[in-house]
This record gives sequence, C-alpha cells and structure tokens, in this order.
Amino acid sequence: MYPIIRKRILSDIVKLFEVQAPLVACKAQPGQFVIVRIDETGERIPLTIADFDAQTGVITLIFQEVGKSTTQMGLLEVGDCFANIAGPLGRPTEIANFGTVVMVGGGVGIAPTFPITRSLKQAGNHVISIIGARNENLLFWQDRMERYSDEVIVCTDDGSAGRKALVTEPLKEILSSRNDVARVWAIGPAIMMRFATKTTQPFNVHTIVSLNTIMIDGTGMCGGCRVVLNQGAKFVCVDGPEFDAHQVDWENLLSRLSFYKAEEKVAMDHWNSHRCKLDPAISAAEKEAQELAKASSEGEPAGEAVIHA
Amino acid sequence: MPKKTIIPLRNPMPEQPPLERVHNFNEVTYGYSAEQAIAEARRCLECAKPGCKAGCPVNVDIRSFLERIEEGDFRSAIDIIKLTNALPAITGRVCPQEVQCEETCLLAKKYEPVAIGRLERFVADWEASEGLSNNPRQVKPSGKKVAVVGSGPAGLTVAADLARTGHQVTIFEALHASGGVLSYGIPEFRLPKSIVKREVDYVCSLGVEIKHDFIVGNTATVDELLETYDAVFLGTGAGLPWFLGIPGENLGGVYSSNEYLTRSNLMKAYRFPDYDTPIAIGRRVVTIGGGNTAMDAARTALRLGAEESIIVYRRSRAEMPARAEEIHHAEQEGVQFHLLTSPLRFFGENGRLTGLECLKNELGEPDASGRRRPVPIADSNFRIETDVAIIAIGQSPSPLISKTTRDLQTAKDGIVTVDKTSMKTSKKGVFAGGDVVTGGATVIMAMGQAKIAASAINEYLETGSW
Ligand SMILES: Cc1cc2nc3c(=O)[nH]c(=O)nc-3n(C[C@H](O)[C@H](O)[C@H](O)COP(=O)(O)OP(=O)(O)OC[C@H]3O[C@@H](n4cnc5c(N)ncnc54)[C@H](O)[C@@H]3O)c2cc1C
Ligand SMILES: Cc1cc2nc3c(=O)[nH]c(=O)nc-3n(C[C@H](O)[C@H](O)[C@H](O)COP(=O)(O)OP(=O)(O)OC[C@H]3O[C@@H](n4cnc5c(N)ncnc54)[C@H](O)[C@@H]3O)c2cc1C
Ligand code: SF4
Ligand code: SF4
Ligand code: FES
Repeated sequence: MYPIIRKRILSDIVKLFEVQAPLVACKAQPGQFVIVRIDETGERIPLTIADFDAQTGVITLIFQEVGKSTTQMGLLEVGDCFANIAGPLGRPTEIANFGTVVMVGGGVGIAPTFPITRSLKQAGNHVISIIGARNENLLFWQDRMERYSDEVIVCTDDGSAGRKALVTEPLKEILSSRNDVARVWAIGPAIMMRFATKTTQPFNVHTIVSLNTIMIDGTGMCGGCRVVLNQGAKFVCVDGPEFDAHQVDWENLLSRLSFYKAEEKVAMDHWNSHRCKLDPAISAAEKEAQELAKASSEGEPAGEAVIHA
Repeated sequence: MPKKTIIPLRNPMPEQPPLERVHNFNEVTYGYSAEQAIAEARRCLECAKPGCKAGCPVNVDIRSFLERIEEGDFRSAIDIIKLTNALPAITGRVCPQEVQCEETCLLAKKYEPVAIGRLERFVADWEASEGLSNNPRQVKPSGKKVAVVGSGPAGLTVAADLARTGHQVTIFEALHASGGVLSYGIPEFRLPKSIVKREVDYVCSLGVEIKHDFIVGNTATVDELLETYDAVFLGTGAGLPWFLGIPGENLGGVYSSNEYLTRSNLMKAYRFPDYDTPIAIGRRVVTIGGGNTAMDAARTALRLGAEESIIVYRRSRAEMPARAEEIHHAEQEGVQFHLLTSPLRFFGENGRLTGLECLKNELGEPDASGRRRPVPIADSNFRIETDVAIIAIGQSPSPLISKTTRDLQTAKDGIVTVDKTSMKTSKKGVFAGGDVVTGGATVIMAMGQAKIAASAINEYLETGSW
C-alpha cells in the first residue's frame, strides 16, 4: 500500500498528491511515469512522476480529473492509500547541454515538463519555458518553472493570466526570432502536442513529445499503448513515452485515444449512480471538504511542494 | 502384460452444456466425482513399463497414483504426484495430455487412453476440499537469500523448492497479481483464479515473500539484486506479443491476445463497469492463430457477448497447436473456424476496425517445424466484416531484463541462453527457466525446468562453484 501524505488542490480539476513510494522515488528520473491502481476494482492508470525525492521516498503526482478513475482519485485524502504504484516506467529523458531549449507545457502537462526543465537547466541549457492553460485557474507551478528557466512565457486561452494566446503562438515567435534553439519539448494534451509539432516542423527543429496513449501493464506486455511512427509501431510504455514529434502519426494516436469513449461514459455514469445510492449527501459533503482543503492550501506559501535534493 | 480387462472408452467429464456456458465465466468442466475417478483409474492396465510416465515431462509416477485412486486412497495418490509435480490442480487442467502422458499410454494404441489429467485434477481438488494440505515442515534457515523474478509457474516452483530447503526467497513481480499467465492469460472458465490463489498462498505459507509492482530492469536491475541476494532466478516468461506487420494493424479494435486477455482476466473487464477496465465486445470477433491463446480469446469473445467468434488459422486443423480439448470445446460453443486462411490487411473507418481481408492457402511441403507449409492460392482473397480482431500468433521474452543486465547472453527472439542441465545462464549466480528460455511453451515445461534450476541453485549456494 502506498499512502498519500499530502494533497493539494491546484484547481477545480487538477490535484496534487505526494505519495510514499520509496522504491520508485529512489530510481525515478525525469520523463518517467508510474502506473497506479486505486483499489481492487480499479484500472491501471499511467501518471507522470512530476517530482521525486530519494531521501524521503516521496513522489509527486499531478492529475486532471477527466473521467471515472481520475475523479475517484481526486476524492482520496491524506492517509488514504493507493493499492498499487509500479515504476518507474518508460525511458528517462535524454539530458545534456544542448544549448538553447524551449519547454512547452500545456495544462496538466506542466507537471511532467517540470522535472525535465529542472534537469536541463542544471545541465547548463538556456531554458525558455512556455506554459499555458485554458484559464488562470488551471495554471500551476509557474514559480517552479521560473526557478529553472531563463525565461517563462505564460499564456491562457481566455487571457485571464499572461498572454491571451495558445502556446503555439509564442513558440512560433521564438523559433522565428532566434535560430539557436536546439530542441523543443512539447508536453500536454495530444491535440496541443500535435499543433506544437506542426509549429516546429517548418523550422526543422528537433521536437520531443511525451505521449499519453491508453495503457494497461506499462511494461511492454500488451501492445495496447502502441503508436505509429514513420518506421513502424512502437510501444509507448517501454520505447517512450518520449518520441520525435515529427515521426508521430497523430491521426492514429488521437483515434486510438478516443476508442473507449462510450465505455468511459458508462463507467462514469455507473459510478455516479452508485455513489448517489450509497449516500445522497456525499457529493455535498465532498464539495465542502474540497473547498475547505482549497482554502487551507491557499494559506500556505505557494509553490514548493516537495523539498528535493 | 496387461492383467486387467480392457475398458475401451473413458468416463466422460461432467461439464456445463455449451449453450449455457457461453453466457458465463464459470469453469467449463466440473471434474470427476470420487466414483467416476475410481472407475476411470480402474481402466489402467498397470503396465510393467508404463509409457505414460515417460510421456510426462516431469515423470509423474502415474501408474502408482492411479493404483492409489483405485483403492480410494486419495491422500497417497496426491502425495505421489507432488513428489515431482508442484502444481497438479493446474497441470491436470491445462497440460496438453494428448501429446504427453496420454499419448504414450498403452491404451491409446487402440482405445481411449486413461484420463490421466482429469484424475490428477481430481486428487488435487480432493486435497484442497479436505483443507489439509501437508503442513509445511519447519526447516533450518540456510542464511542464503534468493531473488526470483516473476511469479508464473516457473517462479512459484523455484520459490517453493528453495524455501523448503531453508533459503530466504523473495519473488519480484511486475504486475499487481501473482501467477503470470495463469492469472493474466488463461481465462477463469478454464482455470479458476481461486486455484491459482491456492497455489500462491501455499508458496507464501512456506515463508516466500512476493513483492508486487516491482519491475526488474526498472525498479532495480538484476545486477542490483545480486548485491543483496546470493542467487537470482529469472522466470519472466515470454511476455512480448507478436504482431502480424500487415496494414491496418493499429486501428482501434485490433488487439494483441495479451491485451485482450489481460483486460478480461487480470483486470476483470468481463465485469465492467463494476470493474473499471473496459473491453470492446464487438459483434463479430476474429481471432488470428491456432494455439491455446487463440482458443482462449475466441471463447472469451463469446462470453463477453459477441454474436459471432471466428478463428482464422493459416494451416489445417491437424496442425493447430492448441490442446485438443480446447478446440473441441470451442467448436461446441459455436466458434467458427476459417482454416487454411491467412490475414492480409485490416480495414477501418474513422480509425476503427471494420473488416479483414484474407487469402486461402493449401498445404505444401513440410517446413522447419515439420508441419506442412501453407501455400497461398492465387486470387482466393475474401473479406470478413469484423469490429474486433485479436492477434494470437505467439510471443517472445521481453527485452527489458536482457537490455539492463550485464553479461546476460540471449539468442534469437530474446530467449535467454542456459545450460539445460542446470538452467545456469551466462551470468554467474543467475539462473533462468520457463518461457524465458524456451519461448511460449507449457506450464509443465516451465515447472520442470524450475525444478532443475532449484536443485542447481541449492548446489551453487552450498558449494559456491559455478
Ligand atoms: C505515460 C503517461 C503519463 C500520464 N501522465 C499524466 C499525468 O501526469 N497527469 C494526468 O492527469 N494524466 C496523465 N496521463 C493521462 C491519464 O492516464 C488519463 O487521464 C487517465 O488514465 C484517465 O482515466 P479516467 O478513468 O479518469 O478517464 P477516462 O474516462 O478513461 O477517459 C476520459 C478522457 O480521457 C482520455 N484518456 C483516457 N485514458 C487516457 C490516457 N491514458 N491518456 C490520456 N488521455 C486519456 C480519454 O480519451 C477520454 O477523453 C498520462 C498518460 C500516460 C500514458
Ligand atoms: C492465453 C494462454 C493460454 C495458455 N494455455 C496453456 C495451456 O492450456 N496449457 C499449458 O501448459 N500452457 C499454456 N500456456 C502457456 C503457459 O501459460 C506458459 O508456458 C507458462 O505460464 C510459462 O510460465 P513462466 O513461469 O515461464 O512464465 P509466465 O507465466 O509468463 O510468468 C512470468 C511472470 O514474470 C513476470 N515478469 C516478467 N518480466 C518481469 C520483470 N522484468 N520484473 C518482474 N516480473 C516480471 C510477469 O509479469 C509474469 O507474472 C498458455 C499461455 C497463454 C498466454
Ligand atoms: S503433469 Fe501433465 S503430462 Fe504429467 S502426468 Fe500430469 S497431466 Fe500428464
Ligand atoms: S501407460 Fe496407460 S495403462 Fe499403462 S500404466 Fe500408464 S496409464 Fe496405465
Ligand atoms: S501498456 Fe501494455 S505494452 Fe505498453
């Protein structure tokens, strides 16, 4: 069992957990992920390791509530446990001094971008970060990104924070105005990564995306996570999750991601009706608890969630 | 010389009627009653040189255990089996008996062989129902520690044998459940998970610890394990699914058998939405392959609610590697067989599978495997409309461990190279057995190799010589 030792509500739908998972914490490297299972009936959910501390054995997970499993996960509290956390999985990011790099983190994708940004900065790169979200409420970790970037550009779709723009706009400006960008990382929703890929293509700059295909085992055993690249199919869990963006068949990726749409709705509806039957007051109580938690976390110094080595 | 009268036909196995069982995941066969078991055991001719024993990969003393059953002494019968077979409730159910012990049974020359597998299962189940499995003896701790990677039949067998000699054994398992293919691959209706659990519990009762969520190669490497453990056994199986490499293979709705069966068995998608993991049910499901895996997938499809389930296999029925009983059961349940048929390409709309184009074959000369080679017939193309396809054409060991372990030699397809008499790998202190050294094989082969490895590990821990 893997206990949650800290919970923070980053926005209505984005939550942060610090979880005791010492074996993962002491091995994790930027770019890797874990597979978690909430309980006996739960599915295996891939989540990026947003931060890790070998000393305390703690890993940080940040997730957005998009369906049944992540919504249920959002209801877990400090002291609750995950039934399983397996990892670290996937290949670590290649870290080196490339010169100038651009980090693009969209929405919950800011979380996986952070440890990579930190390592790239520590390796001596000139780091320009672009973080974006639909609105201010969905932004987080700007301060952490600032600490490890030479420049941070914030955008929101509605202009509630930073520039009113999609992350691809500043990305394009940077690539047009300077010719020393060695690599671009773009991490976020598949559709954002696809557009970032399109943006960098004409500039011929090496672009890396971290793919979030549907997974089961996460160890290379089922092939369910496969992605089509120019040279053929690869398993995201063991060959990735990072790939050369310009090789990815995005059409295939997006359609595979939406394959279980109908079932996802069934799962959510089934769970909701079950919950309501169990206790009609539960959602009201939950809401209150959430608000309380949010109020209390706002009182803390913003940002730094884990003291890392 | 046979001293008994010959009873030509075996006692039929009681089972769920086909039309009933395609709607549930309960075990297909119920097993013999004590009376049926005694009657079946009586068919044995008590040969002086029993062919049956020679046909069993672990040489179970079949004749003796059949005699004990005939006498009604089930306790002694199970004890005899367990001398060489650690998992009789499982092998009795899943061994390909018709090409092993039952093929070489004297009776099989003219009549139906003794139903050895069913009797093995009977006494194993009898023992479990008595609830008095032999209490593990207390053994003196050896002070040695062994790491076993993988909790499939190979890993469980090695762990039990080593724990019984007093070594401290830890099993490292990547998944959240124990049992390997027994848990994630073979469906409930063929091998109830309660039986797998019973065997796992027994191994744990010997003092073996199982660490789940531990992926050797990621969570720790074999080299790191060797810093704390005196020996390592690799029982990691053949988990890498093969694909066909034909167009359309990555459409939504095309599964590897590993994915399809893992969703259904391990993640219990057949109980969706009470369990979270979904699976595509499909109207017409096509499974490509002719082994146990293909049969399991095709029969699972019917139970999940598909209207039709079709097997596409490139050779003829005689070449199908699946257990005879599974092919028979699949036919009874209404699985259709397109034999001598090869898949050519998948078709789809909006990213989802809609059809499979196939080509007819005829049988040519025998190939390297000794089976007659399928030769395509020109212009015999035809199309099957389908919304779910399952590729069950085989698998090989995952490269995860060989890529992360220094000096571990592998051969073609990532098969770990071993000395077959000791199961020693090229790396000092590291042994391997089961599918990781053979490619996809059988439970009993995995167990047999694990037994060889366990005694070699004992010797190595005692002498320290490699
Ligand atoms: C390597 C990897 C790392 C990931 N890291 C994070 C992370 O750090 N934080 C985070 O919030 N999410 C992350 N994801 C995505 C996360 O796993 C999914 O959001 C989650 O599984 C959805 O489960 P659900 O039951 O809540 O939603 P569902 O009801 O299953 O799905 C709801 C919606 O989410 C989409 N979806 C389903 N599964 C996935 C998936 N695996 N990836 C992306 N979208 C999916 C569906 O297409 C659907 O539109 C990661 C995925 C991968 C493969
Ligand atoms: C669907 C299906 C049906 C079958 N039907 C039959 C049948 O009827 N009769 C029969 O005799 N045989 C059958 N087989 C074959 C049989 O199941 C295998 O030969 C047998 O299970 C091999 O045992 P094993 O212990 O070598 O490996 P496995 O059973 O594959 O177990 C390997 C274990 O190691 C774990 N593992 C792998 N890599 C790592 C790692 N890096 N770190 C930690 N753990 C790891 C895996 O998760 C798994 O649990 C079938 C196989 C399949 C797939
Ligand atoms: S282990 Fe398999 S081959 Fe051997 S006797 Fe039992 S069923 Fe037959
Ligand atoms: S070969 Fe057949 S008849 Fe002879 S001892 Fe074995 S089971 Fe009995
Ligand atoms: S998730 Fe199963 S192979 Fe990648």
